[in-house]
Amino acid sequence: MNEIRTLTIDGQLISADASVTILEAAKEHNIHIPTLCHLEGLSDVGACRLCLVEIEGHNRLQPACVTRVEEGMVVRTTSSRLQKYRRMVLELLFSEGDHICSVCVANNACELQDLAYAAGMDHVRFDYLHSTHALDASHDRFVVDHHRCILCARCVRVCADVEGAHTWDIAGRGHTAHLVSDLAQDWGEARSCTSCGKCLLVCPTGALFAKGFVVSDPQNKQDFLRYIANTKSRKAWKDE
Amino acid sequence: MREITIQQRARPMTLEELYQIGRAHRERVATFRAEIHVCGSGGCRSAGSEKLLDAFRAACEKKKIASDVRIITTGCMGLCGQGPLVRILPRETLYAGVTPEKAERIVSSHIIREKPFRSLLLDADHPFYASQTPIVLRHMGRLDPESIEDYIAHGGYEALAKAVTYSAPEHVILEIRNSGLRGRGGGGYPTGLKWDIVRRGTSKSKYVVCNADEGDPGAFMDRALLEGNPHAILEGMAIAGYAVGAQQGYIYTRGEYPLAVERMRHAIREAERLPVIGNRIFESGFSFQVDLRIGAGAFVSGEETALLRSIEGKRGQPQPRPPYPSASGLWGEPTLVNNTETLANVPPIVLNGARWFSGMGTERSRGTKVISLAGNLRNTGLIEVPMGTSLRSIIFDIGGGVRENRAFKAVQTGGPSGGCIPSQHLDAAVDFESLAQVGSMMGSGGMIVMDDTACMVDVAAYFMAFCRDESCGKCIPCRVGTVQLYRILDRIRRGGATLQDLDILEELAVMVKDTSLCGLGRSAPNPVISILHYFRREFEDHITGRRCPAGVCLMDNESETAATAPLPAGTSPQTEGSVHE
Repeated sequence: MNEIRTLTIDGQLISADASVTILEAAKEHNIHIPTLCHLEGLSDVGACRLCLVEIEGHNRLQPACVTRVEEGMVVRTTSSRLQKYRRMVLELLFSEGDHICSVCVANNACELQDLAYAAGMDHVRFDYLHSTHALDASHDRFVVDHHRCILCARCVRVCADVEGAHTWDIAGRGHTAHLVSDLAQDWGEARSCTSCGKCLLVCPTGALFAKGFVVSDPQNKQDFLRYIANTKSRKAWKDE
Repeated sequence: MREITIQQRARPMTLEELYQIGRAHRERVATFRAEIHVCGSGGCRSAGSEKLLDAFRAACEKKKIASDVRIITTGCMGLCGQGPLVRILPRETLYAGVTPEKAERIVSSHIIREKPFRSLLLDADHPFYASQTPIVLRHMGRLDPESIEDYIAHGGYEALAKAVTYSAPEHVILEIRNSGLRGRGGGGYPTGLKWDIVRRGTSKSKYVVCNADEGDPGAFMDRALLEGNPHAILEGMAIAGYAVGAQQGYIYTRGEYPLAVERMRHAIREAERLPVIGNRIFESGFSFQVDLRIGAGAFVSGEETALLRSIEGKRGQPQPRPPYPSASGLWGEPTLVNNTETLANVPPIVLNGARWFSGMGTERSRGTKVISLAGNLRNTGLIEVPMGTSLRSIIFDIGGGVRENRAFKAVQTGGPSGGCIPSQHLDAAVDFESLAQVGSMMGSGGMIVMDDTACMVDVAAYFMAFCRDESCGKCIPCRVGTVQLYRILDRIRRGGATLQDLDILEELAVMVKDTSLCGLGRSAPNPVISILHYFRREFEDHITGRRCPAGVCLMDNESETAATAPLPAGTSPQTEGSVHE
């Protein structure tokens, strides 16, 4: 089914296949929409709310990553309201975890940091919540630092969809939600983990990292991200 | 035994047999000299109604009329605040606040001497019952929820039998559309339209799901229905299944409702035994099964996409809509998700016709609404009124006004997703549009009335704490936003906030409302927004005056400054503020 839809994004008239999302259509035409939980090659969950866009005729903001293009749609990806909301989402994330860039393994290779720079977020207006989660270094090679986890669930998806191990999942509710390996065991005890390291490569922050590294290895990361994006576009594995 | 059951299930029942069962049951009941109905719903049970059953049996035994009196446990009789309630027939009389000690005197007075027992008597024209229109609750408190024969004797399953025998599914849907019935869970989506969308789905396997995951604090409509008239819900589901072309139904309720689960399970078993649910219902080509699914008590699982994930055995987390469940629901198949009360409205509509139903209510909100009336009122309990009834009439006529002659302050409608309505809007009508206009919502029908001893900042903080704890944690605005909103509210409550905090509170509330993924997050700030709109003065009193006008909140380090600090200009001095010094 190759149907073409024409729509307007930020005043630019574009055409796109009916099966693509607003995010994909925008990217094709070099219109940048900030994302965090979205990762090309993985299924989308629409959880981070950074890619929210305004669509004329809709009274609600819609996430660009899961909303399909429609004929005659008029989409705005930047407005003072959207920019304010994106900045607030980032402020909330910074207030929730312990994101101290200067001592973080992901410093200068962190998507959260990049987004905060781009949004001009120079301070956080909310209370820092100082999470009481622990750091789990029980795995031979890897570490998970829950203080830096933003619960984007990329690791959950890559582990289930790509590696097929489904070691990671999320437990708890609301502000107590946290990442767990297997049946809420220490990562080192998680029998299903194949130690493939894919979760490290998709983690947007420094929550998952390899032992012995003081800084992350951006080159390795980029190679892998390109690899899963390409494999998905060849439909080499099933969506979801 | 087992083979007999299968044999029975293999042969469908006929409409004539259904009438026979009803007739036989009515005749049997008519042979009794008297009937004693003891309310067995949650409220009256907690007030000790279970002991009443034994007490009445013993009393009848003693008077040697035990075999002449039919004693049953029924569903909710409405006036929960004055329970346990007991109804005695003939010369139908309702007794309130009955204790086991009084059972014998009631029996000897009402049944033997045929004179009502005056001291516990509830007036026949008690204002609580006078202005109600029971449709969903028409059999509530009048039949034994554990007896399918009793339900059939009251006209039960006739709507289902007639629908599958005489009407095409399209006609059933047309009838529901014409009736103007809208979703009673809070959304208010036209029910007929939803049915039509599922009907049009081309998939072979479709599902009907009854959303009985009632989670609003202070709401007990669904619970009362499940406990008091489970067959009405089963019948509504089966009719819905016939209309949309589904063969499987699920009732999703919560583990916190053990009695509802028990009665529903029993009802399903009985319906399968007859069978009125199963293969080739009433000799038609339509087969339908119902199963019970029990949640672990997550508020978010009342959100339909999260509910469906939970039925699938996954983590109860909402998903972005579209796709809506009517297009892609359980296991990706078209799924009809309806609220319990919506489904309970279906059999009477099918029996009495769309015109009868649309004659009640307002232009855009037809029919009636079941409301659980709670708070500082004289009469609290379960009521059903036509849509469009004013808040004033519900609170002051049915509810009897505020207890202890205190001043009415606000009514909270729609639970943690709704808002607080102050006295200047008491004439607002209870329907989907009018309540939204005054900054609240109908929600599922919970109504909590507050008097002047309630601190609105404290109320806002209470509801925010509820949403914070019930957020699933998937999207950031709801997961972290509710935590931050609560912290600011708590700071205001403790007298440690600044006026700048109030600005951030407002800004964040609107942001969480606009950006959250599902209905929980999008409506979580509603109580705060509406309370800020109507009761801003109270927030300012807490912040600049460091005092709580209602005398509820304890200020930090109060002894040093707050007790003697003069109120800023423009605020009225309130003596209650010094209660907690």
